[in-house]
Amino acid sequence: MTDIQSHTLSILVENHYGVLTRVAALFARRGYNIDSLAVGRTEDPDVSRMTIVVYGDDAVIEQVIKQLYKLIEVIKVIDLSQEEYVDRELALIKVAATSETRAEILQIVEIFRAKVVDVGSGTMMIEITGGSEKISAMEKLLRPFGIKELARTGKVGLLRGPKDTAKEK
Amino acid sequence: MTKNSAEQMNGAKAFIESLKKEGVDTIFGYPGGVLLHIYDEIYDCDLRHILVRHEQAAAHAADGYARATGKTGVCLATSGPGATNLVTGIATAHMDSIPIVAFTGQVTSSLIGNDAFQEANITGITLPITKHNYLVQKAEDIPKSIKEAFYIASTGRAGPVLVDITKDATINELKFSYPDKVELRSYKPTMKGNSKQIQNAAAMIVKAKKPVIYAGGGVIAANASSELYKLAELVSAPVTTTLMGMGAFPMDHPLFIGMPGMHGTKYANFSIQDSDLLIAVGVRFDDRVTSKLSSFASGAKIIHIDVDPAEISKNMAVDLPIVGDAKFVLEDLIPAVSEKIISGKTADWVKRVGQWKKEYPLAYKDDGTSIKPQFVIETLCEVAPDAIVATEVGQHQMWTAHYFKFKKPRKLITSGGLGTMGYGLPAAMGAKAGCPDQVVFDVAGDGSFQMNSQELATLVTNDIPVISVILNNGYLGMVRQWQELFYDCHYSHTDIIDSVDFVKLAEAYGALGLRVEKKSELKEAVQTAIQSGRPAVIDVRVDRGENVFPMVPAGASINELIDERKYGGI
Repeated sequence: MTDIQSHTLSILVENHYGVLTRVAALFARRGYNIDSLAVGRTEDPDVSRMTIVVYGDDAVIEQVIKQLYKLIEVIKVIDLSQEEYVDRELALIKVAATSETRAEILQIVEIFRAKVVDVGSGTMMIEITGGSEKISAMEKLLRPFGIKELARTGKVGLLRGPKDTAKEK
Repeated sequence: MTKNSAEQMNGAKAFIESLKKEGVDTIFGYPGGVLLHIYDEIYDCDLRHILVRHEQAAAHAADGYARATGKTGVCLATSGPGATNLVTGIATAHMDSIPIVAFTGQVTSSLIGNDAFQEANITGITLPITKHNYLVQKAEDIPKSIKEAFYIASTGRAGPVLVDITKDATINELKFSYPDKVELRSYKPTMKGNSKQIQNAAAMIVKAKKPVIYAGGGVIAANASSELYKLAELVSAPVTTTLMGMGAFPMDHPLFIGMPGMHGTKYANFSIQDSDLLIAVGVRFDDRVTSKLSSFASGAKIIHIDVDPAEISKNMAVDLPIVGDAKFVLEDLIPAVSEKIISGKTADWVKRVGQWKKEYPLAYKDDGTSIKPQFVIETLCEVAPDAIVATEVGQHQMWTAHYFKFKKPRKLITSGGLGTMGYGLPAAMGAKAGCPDQVVFDVAGDGSFQMNSQELATLVTNDIPVISVILNNGYLGMVRQWQELFYDCHYSHTDIIDSVDFVKLAEAYGALGLRVEKKSELKEAVQTAIQSGRPAVIDVRVDRGENVFPMVPAGASINELIDERKYGGI
């Protein structure tokens, strides 16, 4: 039995009606927990990419991948965590900001190389992109000011270098 | 009609033409509002349509047809309740990997999602119990969807595929052309086993001193019985077949050791536990077989051959997996083994297994005063040894597996994975429709039989002479057995004595009804039913308290069996 770890699965699927339901329902009925799920089109309009972060030991992840392959519309599954890869997530954070706190918030924004995308009366909206840890760190720092709302996209990822998900083993 | 000479027609006609292209000869169905266009085409087409009395039976009949013939079964139901009534049948086929294509009508595409009359999201409902499903909303998509559905249902690990067709798709016109082949970049089942793995398996087999072959439904699905036979004789290894694998190896063969697991024979379970190599072919290490996983075949190396990669190491970590169709893999494995095998190496082992077989035979006490259910099965086997036997689910199912000596595959038609009561009668109907020249029994309990007995009407109307043999003990017997053994004889809601007169019920439908109350009447009754050429029901009043033994209590290891000797009898 190996340790329970976070795995980032990159799944190429046919861009068909209902395919998201099939994948999500598979995770639900087999009892696998999805930590995040992001889905969108790829360079091929007929193919969508799902990036799913799931926790499990090696045996569970092996089953997850095999079960995914049993879905007729799943073309390719890669466990990015086993490879060299880049992953990013984007978050929008609406934080309470007064004339006293604004400067301090801006300083945090700068340190994290984030962006202010909206300023309202008493609030600022910050856009941040990066690895999940970076986003969580920023969220932690902003929390004392009062986070009004937060939206995270979930992780997306690609293999580094010339490697292509569709062509990998 | 070829691809080039596209003919203009509506979706309903394209549906029929597509089925013909797939070689379908029989459909089990039930009409409804959204199917009116399709039924208007069925009205004068030359496909055989069998009108069932409940859609659940249509799905089971398609399944029974598929199991008996090896072809893909077809059923058809209307939207909403018609579709949801198929669900149990589809789930049954899914659990046992049986190729059926279930067609459902759907409300007009513009109404989908509006909670229209008789609307049900059947593709959503059947998502976890189909291999794949389709919602077809355009007439021009009908041929391609049907082509793919039959391909997916019948290849790789077979299973049910549902095709949901909207009413407007059946009405609208298309230029019909049927695709020659299926191209699915994401679905390419592995049929041939990896040759290196096969060599490794051969080396393990040659080395083994105490091998056991554990074969299942995958052998029957792959039509690999003769290869299994060759391997068993070549290695001289005892063979145990699961409920789904019954008939994959002749039950009268000296190397046959019966069924493994919860209601397995003692000698099968002892052999597995004592083996040094378990050759698992087309099985999935189901909990009814392995019971306590950690102690299952714990001294053995395990080779696992299966067409579904997801079955490898799902329940049981194995030493050597081979992904592939049982027939292809065994075909390659046999010469690899035969090159190196030293004959006689397993002689001591076979002798020992033979001693267990003698010491702990399947047995029951027959004092002659009552009719023992096991005796009924033995009598059926004596009268019609080559019959197809469908069963319902419960004690009678286990007795059938123990006492009917199947010699060929596709003879036992039973719901193994889902354990669906009410399966047997419609499944027997499907089997008889597909194999009209064979004697077909439905061995039933008095509980199960009442779950789909309305199909007696279908049998009589369509002249399908299935013989139902009810082992009538007035109990929901398997549950009663557990209550007796583990719940202090609290027979909570399992006594159903005299709930119906089965002879009168048969007669009400126009079938032959016979009652057997004495041992001496049984054989003649069975012969009478067969000779009548009519659908028949034989109500056999059997010993009420008989239990299925041996038995492994829940959570125990498979060699910790209780039997009537230990338990002391009833």
